[in-house]
Formats: sequence, structure tokens, C-alpha cells
Amino acid sequence: MQPGTPLFPEQASTVAARVDNLYFFLIATSAFFSVLVTVLVIVFAIKYRRRHADEVGAPIHGSLTLELVWTGIPFIIAMVIFVWGASVFFAIVRVPDETLDIYAVGKQWMWKFQHRGGQREINELHVPADTPVRIILTSEDVLHDLYLPAFRVKMDAIPGRYTQLWFNATKPGTYHLFCAEYCGTKHSGMVGSITVLAPDEYQAWLSGGAAEGTLAQQGEKLFADLACYTCHAAGTGQRGPELGGVFGSTVRLASGETVVANADYVRESILNPAAKVVEGYQPIMPTYQGQVSEEQLLALTEYIRSLTAPGAPAPEPGVSTPPQGGTAAPQPGEPDR
Amino acid sequence: MSPDITPTSTASATVTAAGAVMPARHYLNESGGWQSWLLTTDHKRIALLYLFSITALFFVGGFFALAVRLELLTPAGDLMTSDTYNRAFTLHGVVMVFFFLIPSIPATLGNFLLPLMLGAKDLAFPRINLLSWYLYIIGAAFAVAAMVGGGVDTGWTFYSPYSSMASNSRVLTGAVGVFISGFSSILTGLNFIVTTHRMRAPGMTWFRMPLFVWAHYATSLIMILGTPVVAITILLLAYERVLRVGIFDPNIGGDPVLFQHLFWFYSHPAVYIMVLPGMGVISELVAAFSRKNIFGYSFIAFSSLAIAILGFLVWGHHMFVAGITPYSALVFSIISFLVAVPSAVKVFNWTATLYKGSVSYETPMLYTFGFIGLFLIGGLTGLFLASLGLDVHVHDTYFVVAHFHYIMVGGTLMAYLGGLHYWWPKITGKLYPEGWAKLSALMVFVGFNLTFFPQFIVGYLGMPRRYHMYPPEFQVLNVLSTAGATILGAGYVLPMIYFAWSWRNGRIAGSNPFQARGLEWETTSPPPTFNFDRTPLVTEATHSYAHEEARVA
Amino acid sequence: MPDGALAHPAGHPPAHAAAHPRLQHHFDTLGQQKDAASLGMWVFIAQEIMFFGGMFTAYMVFRMWYPAGFAAASNELDIVLGGINTAVLIGSSLTVAMAVHASQEGRQRQIVWYLVATLVLGVVFLVIKYFEYTAKLFPHHLHAGGEGVLFPAVGWFDVGATPLAAVAPEVRIFMVIYFALTGMHALHMVVGIGILLVILWMARRGAFTPKWYTPVEIFGLYWHFVDIIWIFLFPLLYLVNRHH
Repeated sequence: MQPGTPLFPEQASTVAARVDNLYFFLIATSAFFSVLVTVLVIVFAIKYRRRHADEVGAPIHGSLTLELVWTGIPFIIAMVIFVWGASVFFAIVRVPDETLDIYAVGKQWMWKFQHRGGQREINELHVPADTPVRIILTSEDVLHDLYLPAFRVKMDAIPGRYTQLWFNATKPGTYHLFCAEYCGTKHSGMVGSITVLAPDEYQAWLSGGAAEGTLAQQGEKLFADLACYTCHAAGTGQRGPELGGVFGSTVRLASGETVVANADYVRESILNPAAKVVEGYQPIMPTYQGQVSEEQLLALTEYIRSLTAPGAPAPEPGVSTPPQGGTAAPQPGEPDR
Repeated sequence: MSPDITPTSTASATVTAAGAVMPARHYLNESGGWQSWLLTTDHKRIALLYLFSITALFFVGGFFALAVRLELLTPAGDLMTSDTYNRAFTLHGVVMVFFFLIPSIPATLGNFLLPLMLGAKDLAFPRINLLSWYLYIIGAAFAVAAMVGGGVDTGWTFYSPYSSMASNSRVLTGAVGVFISGFSSILTGLNFIVTTHRMRAPGMTWFRMPLFVWAHYATSLIMILGTPVVAITILLLAYERVLRVGIFDPNIGGDPVLFQHLFWFYSHPAVYIMVLPGMGVISELVAAFSRKNIFGYSFIAFSSLAIAILGFLVWGHHMFVAGITPYSALVFSIISFLVAVPSAVKVFNWTATLYKGSVSYETPMLYTFGFIGLFLIGGLTGLFLASLGLDVHVHDTYFVVAHFHYIMVGGTLMAYLGGLHYWWPKITGKLYPEGWAKLSALMVFVGFNLTFFPQFIVGYLGMPRRYHMYPPEFQVLNVLSTAGATILGAGYVLPMIYFAWSWRNGRIAGSNPFQARGLEWETTSPPPTFNFDRTPLVTEATHSYAHEEARVA
Repeated sequence: MPDGALAHPAGHPPAHAAAHPRLQHHFDTLGQQKDAASLGMWVFIAQEIMFFGGMFTAYMVFRMWYPAGFAAASNELDIVLGGINTAVLIGSSLTVAMAVHASQEGRQRQIVWYLVATLVLGVVFLVIKYFEYTAKLFPHHLHAGGEGVLFPAVGWFDVGATPLAAVAPEVRIFMVIYFALTGMHALHMVVGIGILLVILWMARRGAFTPKWYTPVEIFGLYWHFVDIIWIFLFPLLYLVNRHH
């Protein structure tokens, strides 16, 4: 494990240095004001110490000028820090257009990672260096939080919806991976490691492959096992909408609203189909609540994502930010593209 | 100022060689027996009832802190099971926040001093005051029942879905305790507001009130407007847990993040309930021990109100990575920066008060110096957390733990101790032993910094909160922290001993041992049951020291 | 502002020479005491608004999310009973205001009658609520257990095969909020009625005079507040999307 120095974490992502620079600026500013006030207090306390028992202080009440100065200057400094912090924040939360996506499901008390190629990892994650990686998170039970200190990123894993974090790891090595939202008994055991591999090593690792095929292939198998094709197949007179090219497109609902068919939409449609019925169809789809796990939902999503309309490229999975609500999720959030 | 007080019945008053007088009859010995205490409506006796119960609960909370720190001496979870550890930190938080910090200064010093400082005979609603103490006791009883029944393990924040669906600890019992004690807080705030509006002595305009009163007024606004929201949040959590109704359960259409919004809507203002009274105490101490009026009185007064109001608008800064939009995060971040400014203004004004003052170094002033330094660090580290890009990294790590302990322990608790020492002579008629008190103050200061400064470092390194076990490279910092905690703990035990000792054996204080200004010093120590021999008539601003001899700077 | 300096012997309550028996020891005048009581009740009401506010927030969030479910569930509520209750409460606010007015004028019998009227109307409200609740919790045409049970833990309110089944989670959320809001409101009514009984008893003994009728007045404030909460609850809960 490479924790950096005993006093400072490793900088292993593109954003880590920016975060640390802000941190250093804040330390410097804080040190300045702390020292200033401390010195003044000590100097005044000594210089104006009481010299005889009945002595009193001077009748000074205040100074508008001073008040304005020491209100104004902290205000300006605060605004500078705010803008700087906001700028770093947008670098952290704005996911680049092209990312390597990995799914993470938190559950008491482990992290289950699913690569699109079908590889599964538990509590350990392998990622390539110098590549924007996005992790799409959800939880099977209570709140969790995926925290990668060396990359300076974390995001809550919320049951019932998808959240995401991204990073671009710059330094091959193995780093801490923590759960950072208290989740019960083994919260502090819900830890692991993230290993950054040089791109060629990563390819080698990937070719270890997955017995069950890619995530989309696993989803395709599930689609058949759960008999989804009974309604969702090509051809007229089908009871459910055809799913080719649907992912990422804008769907018109029976209520007149339109939504973007992203990962949250797909998940909700499987678990609470009556919430958003597509225009022209009847609300006859049964719910699969309790019959599919979070990981199976991800596999199905990947499969549906892979279904292209003839001639169209496969879309990227969108995640509503923030996804609003649980299985009976309402408003369409904005996808990240 | 009103004429010097001479107790009208000095026949058997105690007079020291130095001329300090302890009256024969006062609020403590006016009547005796259980009933006269447990059914009292005298705000001073109620303050003492609170003092004893809050102190007891402080040590309960401290015991849990010790358990946590002992476990964290080693990276492995070897002292207790994970479940036990989770209960230890939860109960530490629940007891310290709801049963110590929130009532501490308002219920003890506030209850005792507000009427005295305003020149009134009691608070507006004495029986409601007593009721608030009973509600506190009943709430505390539920909390103790939860502990005895196995404990709560949700964290003091009770986040759903863990608390509503997954935890099999005594969540409901603990939550009921918090719910009931919330009403204690509400009634205290209600009493303070009405008293401040309607019971000021003749001549006491708003801007002649002591800053202690302004601080408690602002605190009371938060108490009455914020606490009901946590009450309803706890109620909804109870419905969720018992009836499985589903408002926080995503599997049946609910929203787990809604709980966080509702919870923090109160719990952020709650931290200002905890710190504002401390700031009020510091304003009094700085002026009294510089023998000088406070610099920038109206700025300090208004800054308390600004903090109270702005404090209601920043709750989302606890949720930057909880799934809120980046745009709402921006709003919460910028307002969080704004709320820091009035606190900075206070710190500068306190410092400026020392300039050309006549500074002495009695224990209350030592606590004041400690407060100024430690609150400054705590407040500045708040800026780190308000800063979005940085918060993502340090959220839910020991950095946050260090930040809030700097403010609550380095701030509020030091102000509380400073205030207790300063007003102890007024409350009991006796002086505490200055030498021991100074030693304790020093131990607290040193112990505190050793405990919590390493936590900033280990937090930035990435050590998450609420961790029973941790990677070995975090150990050195944890050991330092635990070492500090033992010194800190000792620093808290000492005052218990010497305060208790001084009750019987302390030197008689007299009505104004520190030669301070303020209506509370114009009556005897201890005061008579109805506070003043005659209703004071106020003709000048608070802390007007300089009318006596002119000092050559 | 209280009167000027008053001299009292140390440790004894102030000797108000012609003190009104209702004047408490720590106040200087009845006027000060009444002002304090009044302000106290207003502060209490502010606190109550925040208390209900938390639930109103939950309502708003879920209504935004589930407009269809909320409309469907709202239409299941009995608008006639709800409407009658609204009128009943408004009427009771009128009667309590009349009681305050009668107190100001010292008309002892009128005070009692108006307080009784308020009491009766308050009880009527609660009785109607009782019928509404039992209809919703134990509907005769529904059965316990199975799909769409509202409160699985206690087997209440099964939507069964009704059209609500399609939006069962949303209906459940609505009903939870309905019960939470109206239940909390009803609790406040019960407490109010309890206090009203005490005040009624005092009125019968002629305790209220034009010089001192503070309990009636601040009770009136409380009662008006409870009424106003209902005036918000009724349209939000009963009148969602009713076009007829």
C-alpha cells in the first residue's frame, strides 16, 4: 500500500494536486490569521497587564473603520476560497465525455465491482493509468460511500439510485479504498485497495477475462432467463416497446412528459414499471422488485445499452444528476453527456 | 448605577477580614428539603439542577469518548467488538450533543444569569423553566435506558436507511430521548425570548444589554425555530422504523436523502446553539478581565443575529457528496463562507478589547485566551470544509471530527468552564482555588491540542470517521490523540473536585470579587431568591469601567 | 416597561399593596404579565409552524415526485367529511373569538357558552376524523396481506386489485403523510380540548374578568393556530386535482 508520507497522502490522480494546492493555500491563510491573532493577544495581554489593583482600561468603544476592514478582508478572502473551491469541485464532478466505466455496488460490508468486460472484483479494483475512469455506484441496502484518498474523490452510494465519481489515475501503484459513510457493524471493514496499472499491464489483467462473458452478455442471458423478450421484441403488435436504440434517447411517456432513457430510467422501469409508461403502451409490465439484484440490474442495463437501432452507435450510460428518488423515481435528471 | 447593595439583614451575615460579605439568607438556604429543590421555580435553583445533571451526563459522554480513544490506540479492533465500538461512538455523540452541549451554557449560566443581568426577579415563565428541566431529565432517562438496553449504533446522526431499516439497536428509545430533550430546549428558548423582550429593568434598552444576553437571544431564536424540525424528523424516523411506512425507503418509493435534509436543517443551526452562548460568555469575560468595555458592541450583537439567521441556510454543506446537485452545492458553499465572516468579526473585536485594557490572568481569562485561539482554528478549518473541492476529500474523515471538536470543545466547553469559574462566586458565594484552577486550564489546553490536532492530519491522510479498525500507518497520530485525551480528561476531573471542595471550604467571595461591571454583580453572592433588594435602574451601557479612575496607558 | 424602582425587603416577594391575586411575583404589573404570556404563545406558535413545516416539506417533495399517485390517493379521501370539518373548525375559531370578546366585556355566561360551543365543535371535528380514519385503515371492501398492502408491518390498508395498485407505493407515501399530518393536527386538537376543559372550569367559577382573562386569550391564539394548520391541510390533502 502506498500511503504517501506519514503526514500526507499520495497524489495519484490528475485532480489531487489541485486539491492539495487549495489545501496549502488554506493552511497558509489560516496560519497567517492564527499567528496574527495569537501574537496580538499575547502582546496585548502582556503589554496591558494590570499593574495595580484598581486599574481600569481605556474608554474605547469601537472603530467603524476597523470593523469595515476586518469584515471586508475576511469576506474577500472567503470569496476567493469559494471560487477556487468551486472550480476544483467542478473538475471533480464533471465527468469527461469518454470514460472507462466500472460499476460498483456497495453492500454491507463489501464493495462489488463489475467491469463491462464481465470481470468481477470484490473490495479490490484494477484500473488503468492515464485513463479517465468513471465508477457508477449504487447500494444494495444502506448508504455507503466510495472513498479513494489518493485520488481525492468520494461519492455516496445510495440505495435506489445511481451516483458516479470519476478520476484519472496518474501513478501506478496500490492505494487505499474505504467506505466513508457509516453503514453498520463492519463499516471499517468495508475497505480494500485500488490498483493502478500501466496500460499494457491493465490489458494483460483484462485478458484474464470473465468466465461469464461481458456484462452485456450476462445481461442478454438474464433478459432471456426472465423472458423479457416475450413483450420486448421487434415486430408489430408487441406488448412492450422495442428496446433497440432506446438507451440514451428521449422517450415520450403516456402522461405526455418526456424523459431521457438513462440508467436510472431503465432501473426504475424494471422495478416499478407503472411509474413511467411509454406512450402508446398499456401498464401491463409486471414488476421485478425482489427478483433481480442490483448487479443483475446493471447487467440488464448494459445489455439494453448495447442494443443499437440499425445504423446507430451504442450510447454511453447516463446517470441522472442527481437521480431523483427511488424505484418510483420521478423527474428525469440531466444525463451527464 | 444603582446604589451599593447592603444586605438589609447583616445580623448573621458572614464577613471576612477583607470585608467580603456572605449574606445570612440567600437563594440556596432560603428553604430546604427535597421538595423545595425539585419543585422550585427559582431560576437560580433550576440552573443548579441543570448543572448537576448536565455534569453527570458530561462524564457519561466522556466515558464513551475514553472507550473510543482507547480502542483507537491500535489499528486492530482488539479492545471491543465492532458493534460495541459503534455503540460507543454513537452514545458519545448523542450524549455530548443533545444532553451536554446544547443545554450546557443556556440551561446553567443562561438560566442563572439572564434575569440577574436584565435586572428581573425571574424568567418570564418560572414553571415552564422547571418543566424544561424535567423534560431534560426524562429525555436523559430514555437515553440511559437506550444505553442500558444495549445501546444505539447509528451514529448521532441517525441516518436512514441504516437507522430505519437495518440497525437492531435501541434506536427508538434513544430517538425518543432526543425528541423529549428537544422540547426542553424549545421551552428554554421560549422563556429567554420573552424575558428579554418583556422583563428588562427600567433604563435597560436593547443596546445596554450585556452581550451574554444578545448571544442567548440569538441562540433562543435558533432553539425555537430549528428544534421542532428535528423533532418531526425523529417522529418520521420512528414511523419508518415501527410501521415501515416507506418515506425513507427507496424500495417502496421513499427517499433516503430526504432524511438528511430534514436532519441537517436542524442540526446545522444546532451547532450555533452550541457555540453562540459560548461567544456570549467570552464577550463578558474579555471585558471583565480587561476592565474595559467590549470593542465594537453593536457589531458583536448583530453578528450573533447574523450567525443565527445565516446558520439556517447552510445545512447542505453536510451533503456535498450525498447526491445533491452541484448547483445547490454551490449555493450552500457560498453561504457557508458568509456565515464565517461574523465569527471572524467577533474574534477581532475581542482581540481589540485587550488593547489598552487592564488585563489580568485569572482562570476565566485563561479560558478566554484558549477559546480565542482554539475557536479561531476551528472556525478557519470550517473554511476548508465549506470549500467544495476540498470537502470532497475530507468529508467523513477525521478532519471533520477535528474541526467540530475544536469548536465544541476548544470553543464551547472552554467558554463554559471560563464562565463557570467567573460566575462561581456569584452562584455559590465562594471562591474556587485559583492555583488548581489555573493548572486545570493549562491541562485542558495542552491535552486538547494534543488530542485533536493530529486528527486534522490523519483525516487529510484519508482516515474515515467512525472506524473501529484502521490501516497501520495511521497509528502514530492516533496514539498521540489518545495520549492527549487522557490529559484532557484529567483536566476536566480536577475542576469537579475543587469546585465541590470550594462549596464548603472556599473563601467567601463577596458580591463582586473581580470588581466587574454588570447587574449580577450589584447583588449579593449568592443572590437573594428574588435577586435584588430593589429593582435596578439602568443609566449607562454595559461594561462601563472607565468612569472610575482614568488610566494612563 | 415596568414601573420605576420599587423597594422590597431582601428575600421576600414584592409586596404589591393592592396586588391583583393573579399577578405573579416576578412581574411588576398585570399588563407586563399579559404581554409576556401573549408573546410566549406567539413564540410557541412559531415553533409549531416549524414542527408542521417538516412534514409539509416531506409532502411537497413527494407531491412533486408523484403527481399522479398523489392525485389518485387524494381523490380517495372523503371531501364531504373534510369540508364539513373545515367548516366546523372555522366555526370553532369564531366561537373562541367570541369567548375572548365576552371576557373583555365581563359577560360570564357568554364566556361559558362560547367556550362550550368551541368544545362541542372541537369534539365534532375529532369524531368525524375518527370515522374517516377507520374508513381508511380498515376499509370493508379490502382485505389484509398481499400486494399493495400499505403498512405491511401491521397489515393495514390493502389496495388489493383497485386501480390504485398500479401506483401503490405512491399511494402509500401519500397516506403516510396524510396520517402523519392529520394525526399530529388531531393530537394538537386533543391537547387543546384538554386545556379548554380547564379554562371552561375556570370560567364557570367566574375567574375571568375584564382585568384578567389572559388564559382565554392565549388559548384563543392557540386554537386559531390549530385551525389555520387545518386550513392548509385541507386543500393540500383533499383537493389535489379535483376538477368537479
